[in-house]
Amino acid sequence: MNLSYLLDPAHWELGAPYSIPTLILAHLGYTVLALLIGTVVALPVGLYIGHTGRGSFLAINAGNAGRSLPTLGLLMLLVTLLGLGLLPVLIALTVLVIPPILTSTYAGMRSLDHRVVDAARGMGMRSWQVLTRVELPMALPVLMGGFRSAALQVVATATVAAAVGLSGLGRLLIDGLAVNDYSRVLAGAIVVAVLAVLVDLFLALVQRWIVSPGLKGIE
Amino acid sequence: MIEYLRNNADTVWLALQEHVWLALLPVLFGFVIALPVGYLGVRFPVLYHPLVNTCGVLYSIPSLALFVFLPVVLGTKVLSPVNIVVALTIYTVALLARTVADGLRSVDPVVVQAATAMGYRRVRRLTGVELPMALPVILAGLRVATVSNISLVSVGALIGIGGLGQLFTRGFQLFYIEPILVGIVLSVLLAGLADLIIVLVQRAVTPWTRAV
Repeated sequence: MNLSYLLDPAHWELGAPYSIPTLILAHLGYTVLALLIGTVVALPVGLYIGHTGRGSFLAINAGNAGRSLPTLGLLMLLVTLLGLGLLPVLIALTVLVIPPILTSTYAGMRSLDHRVVDAARGMGMRSWQVLTRVELPMALPVLMGGFRSAALQVVATATVAAAVGLSGLGRLLIDGLAVNDYSRVLAGAIVVAVLAVLVDLFLALVQRWIVSPGLKGIE
Repeated sequence: MIEYLRNNADTVWLALQEHVWLALLPVLFGFVIALPVGYLGVRFPVLYHPLVNTCGVLYSIPSLALFVFLPVVLGTKVLSPVNIVVALTIYTVALLARTVADGLRSVDPVVVQAATAMGYRRVRRLTGVELPMALPVILAGLRVATVSNISLVSVGALIGIGGLGQLFTRGFQLFYIEPILVGIVLSVLLAGLADLIIVLVQRAVTPWTRAV
């Protein structure tokens, strides 16, 4: 266990190329972009399927299908087709986050007590109001569970970006391996794992903040 | 694709075989380790939350990091398949230990009490009542672990061993799309097949779940 690379202050210099903070920023950049695009795509589809009950087959099976698709293979395929750059990495990571978000949105909507939805309709709420004021807030705990596992997966998988020449914490792993510098590899492994735990903690706080206090008991 | 398969049948077949055992050995080891670990989390409730948290942290370590890091810890060669098997076993345990604990906790306490009243002692109650009742949950976890293992093996190609993943790196280096496509399709098919087998086993061993 050689921590010299991780503890060397020179590797923590802000703004320097390939310094650990720079790599963390790039890594978080890929992660946030992929999660954002993935949510924009998957959330409305999941809500639509959950609200109408149409296409539930898709939502149920998306999870397993997505998990079986090897991200490294998809990434290398996209790079071969589109050339090097940010786009193939973003597409591959987005494909990774869509299934858990889609499946958990659907599962969250399905887990609702039907009487609550009926009550909302009975009170005269329109379909759109039922969705945004009742179904979505009540599905949030399950939805956030899926979102957090998606975030964990992207943080861990964004390391493969380095395999196709991009930045991110995978650089420490790939470059360290290439020059047999295990201290660097270890630094990369530790920083990614810590980053994953921190991201999850942050999202746990967000979840606490956005989930209605009335639902805390159910979660 | 068909053309590539015909010309490289031997390479692809070897990669596929390697992929199968690199992915499935860890499922077997992980399952065997996760059963007692998960049980401990239920038998001693104080351990449940530390168990869940440890599993969460273990699962968040990127596979690439674990693949390159294990040789340093285990003293194995970087190119040794042992690294991949150990790494994937760790993920399988991280996933299944929690599932086993959750599965056992999901068993209706009334059923457990009934078994106790009928004279079942701890071990027989566990093997004869609680484990079978927890099987649907445990097998659902096993499906997730198996499918994600099959997809993760290919990351090993970045360090030189990775079953079908080697087709990805080869295609990437040659800028040649066919091997990558063949690798993806075979990997997905393999995962689907393994998933299907577990579903069929689940139907066979838990007939009561369909009666309700």
